[in-house]
Amino acid sequence: MGRYVVRRLLQMIPVFIGTTLLIFLMVYSLPGDPVAGLFGDKAANPATVAKIRHDLGLDLPILQQYWNYMSGIVLHFDFGNQIASGRPVTDVLGDAFPVTLQLAALAFAFELIFGIGLGVIAGLRAGRLADNAILIFTLLIISVPVFVLGFIIKMVFAFELGWIAPNVSNDQLLSEMIAPAVVLGGLSLAYVARLTRTSMAENLRADYMRTAVAKGLPRRRVIGVHLMRNSMIPVVTFLGTDIGALMGGAVVTEGIFNVKGVGGIIYESIIRREGTTLVGLVTVLVLVYLVTSLLIDLLYAVLDPRIRYA
Amino acid sequence: MPDVTKTVAAVEDAVAPPSAAQPAPAKNKDKARSLWGDAWQDLRRNPYFLVSSVLIFILLVITAFPSLFTSASPTVGDLVHHFNGKPELGKVGSEGWLGYDGQGRSVYARLIYGTRASVIVGICVTLIVTVIGSIMGMIAGYFGGVVDAVLSRITDIFFGIPFLLGAMVVLQSFTERTVWVVVFALAFLGWTQITRVMRGAVITIKQADYVHAAKALGAGTGRILLRHIMPNAMAPVIVVATIALGGYISAEATLSYLGLGLSSPTISWGVDISAGVNQIRVAQHILLYPSIMLSLTVLAFIMLGEAVRNALDPKLR
Repeated sequence: MGRYVVRRLLQMIPVFIGTTLLIFLMVYSLPGDPVAGLFGDKAANPATVAKIRHDLGLDLPILQQYWNYMSGIVLHFDFGNQIASGRPVTDVLGDAFPVTLQLAALAFAFELIFGIGLGVIAGLRAGRLADNAILIFTLLIISVPVFVLGFIIKMVFAFELGWIAPNVSNDQLLSEMIAPAVVLGGLSLAYVARLTRTSMAENLRADYMRTAVAKGLPRRRVIGVHLMRNSMIPVVTFLGTDIGALMGGAVVTEGIFNVKGVGGIIYESIIRREGTTLVGLVTVLVLVYLVTSLLIDLLYAVLDPRIRYA
Repeated sequence: MPDVTKTVAAVEDAVAPPSAAQPAPAKNKDKARSLWGDAWQDLRRNPYFLVSSVLIFILLVITAFPSLFTSASPTVGDLVHHFNGKPELGKVGSEGWLGYDGQGRSVYARLIYGTRASVIVGICVTLIVTVIGSIMGMIAGYFGGVVDAVLSRITDIFFGIPFLLGAMVVLQSFTERTVWVVVFALAFLGWTQITRVMRGAVITIKQADYVHAAKALGAGTGRILLRHIMPNAMAPVIVVATIALGGYISAEATLSYLGLGLSSPTISWGVDISAGVNQIRVAQHILLYPSIMLSLTVLAFIMLGEAVRNALDPKLR
């Protein structure tokens, strides 16, 4: 187990460096100059521009810039400063991350509870009416793109029925986050429900299920422990990769409901060529992804004792 | 655990319930069918397959001959009709039956002409991704060892970048964003999924007796890969690719909606939806109809993919 974790951690290092380098190169190949952008419509003095570029380290070779940036993050937890405002990126992210985390956590809880719930109902009644209804419902959810779903919810519940406010206010109350969270988690909910359903329907026919029923265990225990535990592996895999996706997917949802989170910052920094902010954010997302995928692999061993990591 | 389980698409599941309850296909005297022949027999009876293939056929006809469906121009507008959204009942298919947009252009004509961008993006990205991903996956899975380690790490690197975010950055570095630029951006980040599925399938198949037999008979590496391994490893790849096709169409529309994908004068549903957002209170039809059309298209491809999966995966029978 310990050796497995160490090996996985070592494997993460090249992936982490590769991914951040790739995004760094992509961001810095963007046309346009963030420093020239500081001057607006005025023609800037070339000497001043050169000075600012030098102070920001933008005149160094790109690999050296990457090295400086990454060593700053690793050694001092310094993500650099935003070019336009001069604020440290850690400050900007510190304001926005809690909001997005709250949104993502709500969405995650929503997809976990309703996704697994619907999946269990469909799996236990495989081939019957409830199963078909749930399959068609999830198929529809998967086909409607997230931004369309967002506008449908906004039109129906905010404009027609007036149950929710169309936009989230500046206080970012938890109650206002429900509609954005439903939109954000909707797609994953459908996937979770279908995965749970397939997995359960398949395992219902397994030998250990027959054994458990034959030795007279109560139905609740057969389904709740024997069936659930064995059916959860693919679901857990999906849920784990989904945590990072939820935070990245917030770009669209936050825009629709005017949530002031990470999504807005991502969008703005792409438009304004704010390399430091964007790379910093992606670095965080990549770390989240790498760590969750390791945790999931370790969770397999908990769910299925046959899986051992030497 | 094999890597296959970690791809999002490998994780999507089936539409129809396992038809264990149905009587097994009649054991008539015809000779043993191949996997593909068997799958075809199964598909022909699947209502999801029939519905989706009719939808996709109509979409392809619209893509090829948009002028068959409307005589109105998608780019010429008359401001007399500005935001006029009253559907003219009984005139299905006429210029104004779905209303007009802010420039007085026919929403229906734009719907018809916008099909081309979505379908082209979906099909081209899927083709490119399938070819690149299959080649990479076959090489990694078959040769193993150092080759596999290097290719797998490269795949991991691209897989680690959030898809939508990465595509936004790639697109932003092009000043003129045509359909082909969007295809490039989506394919640039999309090939990893197929690579992982292919690699997993090849690792299983290369242990098969018929591969050892081919090797013992002296078949070369190229022949083993192309004639023995590829046909048997293609099934999961085709399933994942078909389902992903719907996802790529959806991604194109999302990027266009964000203003980072296609842009005017290219006609695309995403561009129209994006334009309709500002008029969501006064002229909902501008947003509504492209959204419905987009969802239907994505639905058609996802349904096709799931029908194919049911037909090809014996476990789901």
